[in-house]
Amino acid sequence: MDLYEYQARDLFERYGVPVLPGIVADTPEEVRAAAERLGGVTVVKAQVKVGGRGKAGGVKVARTPDEAEEAARAILGLDIKGHVVKRVMVAAGARIDREFYFSVLLDRANRSYLSLASYEGGMEIEELAVERPEALARIEVDPIEGVTAEKARAIATAGGFSGDLVDKVAPVFEALWAVYRDEDATLVEVNPLVLTETGEVIALDGKVSFDDNADFRHPEHAALADADEADPLEAKAKEHDLNYVKLDGEVGVIGNGAGLVMSTLDVVSYAGERHGGVKPANFLDIGGGASADVMAAGLDVILGDPQVKSVFVNVFGGITACDAVANGIVGALAELGDEANKPLVVRLDGNNVEEGRRILAEAAHPLVTVVDTMDAAADRAAELAHR
Amino acid sequence: MSILIGDDTKIIVQGLTGSEGTKHATRMLASGAQVVGGVNPRKAGTTVEIGGSTLPIFGSVAEAMEQTGADASVIFVPPAFAKAAVVEAVEAGIPLAVVITEGIPVKDSAEFWALAKQKGGATRIIGPNCPGVISPGRSNAGIIPATIAGPGPIGLVSKSGTLTYQMMYELADIGISTAVGIGGDPVIGTTHIDALEAFEADPETKAIVMIGEIGGDAEERAADYIRANVTKPVVAYVAGFTAPEGKTMGHAGAIVSGSAGTAQAKKEALEAAGVKVGRTPSETAALMREVFAD
Repeated sequence: MDLYEYQARDLFERYGVPVLPGIVADTPEEVRAAAERLGGVTVVKAQVKVGGRGKAGGVKVARTPDEAEEAARAILGLDIKGHVVKRVMVAAGARIDREFYFSVLLDRANRSYLSLASYEGGMEIEELAVERPEALARIEVDPIEGVTAEKARAIATAGGFSGDLVDKVAPVFEALWAVYRDEDATLVEVNPLVLTETGEVIALDGKVSFDDNADFRHPEHAALADADEADPLEAKAKEHDLNYVKLDGEVGVIGNGAGLVMSTLDVVSYAGERHGGVKPANFLDIGGGASADVMAAGLDVILGDPQVKSVFVNVFGGITACDAVANGIVGALAELGDEANKPLVVRLDGNNVEEGRRILAEAAHPLVTVVDTMDAAADRAAELAHR
Repeated sequence: MSILIGDDTKIIVQGLTGSEGTKHATRMLASGAQVVGGVNPRKAGTTVEIGGSTLPIFGSVAEAMEQTGADASVIFVPPAFAKAAVVEAVEAGIPLAVVITEGIPVKDSAEFWALAKQKGGATRIIGPNCPGVISPGRSNAGIIPATIAGPGPIGLVSKSGTLTYQMMYELADIGISTAVGIGGDPVIGTTHIDALEAFEADPETKAIVMIGEIGGDAEERAADYIRANVTKPVVAYVAGFTAPEGKTMGHAGAIVSGSAGTAQAKKEALEAAGVKVGRTPSETAALMREVFAD
């Protein structure tokens, strides 16, 4: 899960990372009130989980509450790369002397953590990495050792900070590391980290991503998720512990195992090229189990998608034998009754496949077609979706 | 020969007394693997009946190794306790730890990997979130069904469990030396490269199938490795050609972000290294058949 800037700001504050006062607001009137409370110059910032909001007109400086309200009218409702702005943060203004960059993130390639730091912030970090790679320090952070006071100074020095400034930024790096470690983050980024004209170091913006696998250690993170962010079908799937991603096509896909389902999406897309360009409607992994209940929940989610014209059930019976899967499908269709109203193409292979196919043949459900191979079944499902 | 596990591998199961551990230990035993005991500090000194065998439960991995000569552990411990289980296996210096558990926080994986590295790599970790490893007819450490394919000359390495099964099934008539499911998490112990290196050195393996998926750059790095180090024919498949950017496809690591991690980029990197890449599992199997037809 990714956090909004204001959520990152609040989190930083709890960990002793210096931030500016900020108030979230959802209407121009609330923005005016927030600007009045903060006093002085304020900055109205769109809260969206996508980069490049400044260039898109999502950040405006306001000298008065009137200007803040006006800025809010321009920003709320703005579409930034497909993300509509529903909320802004009104932050106190700051007189900036210099802008820096700092982040700590998971480094998959090295199976470790990486800290990036630069004295030369203020630009897109991707640009800096390409144009002046020598100005961006890349320092490995050992997952067990972490960022100690000494390590924080080493990162700062490598990033081009010197003198007093090292003393000022190093404790901030340590505090940001504590956020990363204690919150089970996979990314903590501050761009820009600034030095004000009065000599204070402040995190002016923040990006934080949490590891969903660690949710069990952080029940409080659930409150940070945004209810209306997820697609309603995705929310429904989540209630059933199903791994579902809504896509933009006509062929519903159910399979067992993430890799096989990804592969199924590909095979359906290729088949779609022969049938009017139909595409997969979703990713849905029902896991190894594939019991009747899970199958019914999965079918229920997929059939709730009005775009779906046909459904492809692609199961490899490994741990779960094909006869159990076949019984799951038959049971699910019985459970759903009239709600099951779209053609189903089923491909079963693997453990006990003969028995599985026999069960489906015997049930002879009018909506179900059994096809022996993955390629042929995808073709049939695409054909049915194109009709 | 085979890689990672063979006729003599003695396996203990951490989490043997749990439902998953019991179920899969039964399957491992049925497929002829030597499962010699389990670990559970609260039930140390007791025994369990599994698949017609009486297996002792030990208080620690170290004790189990000492008493049974175990050289591999398969870990079914739930996510919240998995790190402690892997750390225990690494501290005991067991040569192979296969972590089946799905949903382990990446911080925990990064920490146990760092520890294994600190210990000089005495313990090879496979996974987490993986189906394990099977050398058909010899040994079986994990949850890969033993009935899909028999022994043969093909080495298989894959991030995905069910795609491993699918590919073994497609190639069952030729047969498998060892199939390794390395797992789909962002941080994993054994990589494609580690498996390729082992297959290259294994005289029984004549050709290699590598299955990857979107996300990260492991396949690109494997391509570089193949170009420089692998002389055996390699055929590859990458899942997720049609996956949209920014959507995580089931595995925590399977996400296309920006221009990085796409299936197309991986395919091109592999092809540039002389690897034939199939667009679908069946096409990939057909490419492997061509290798053996030559």
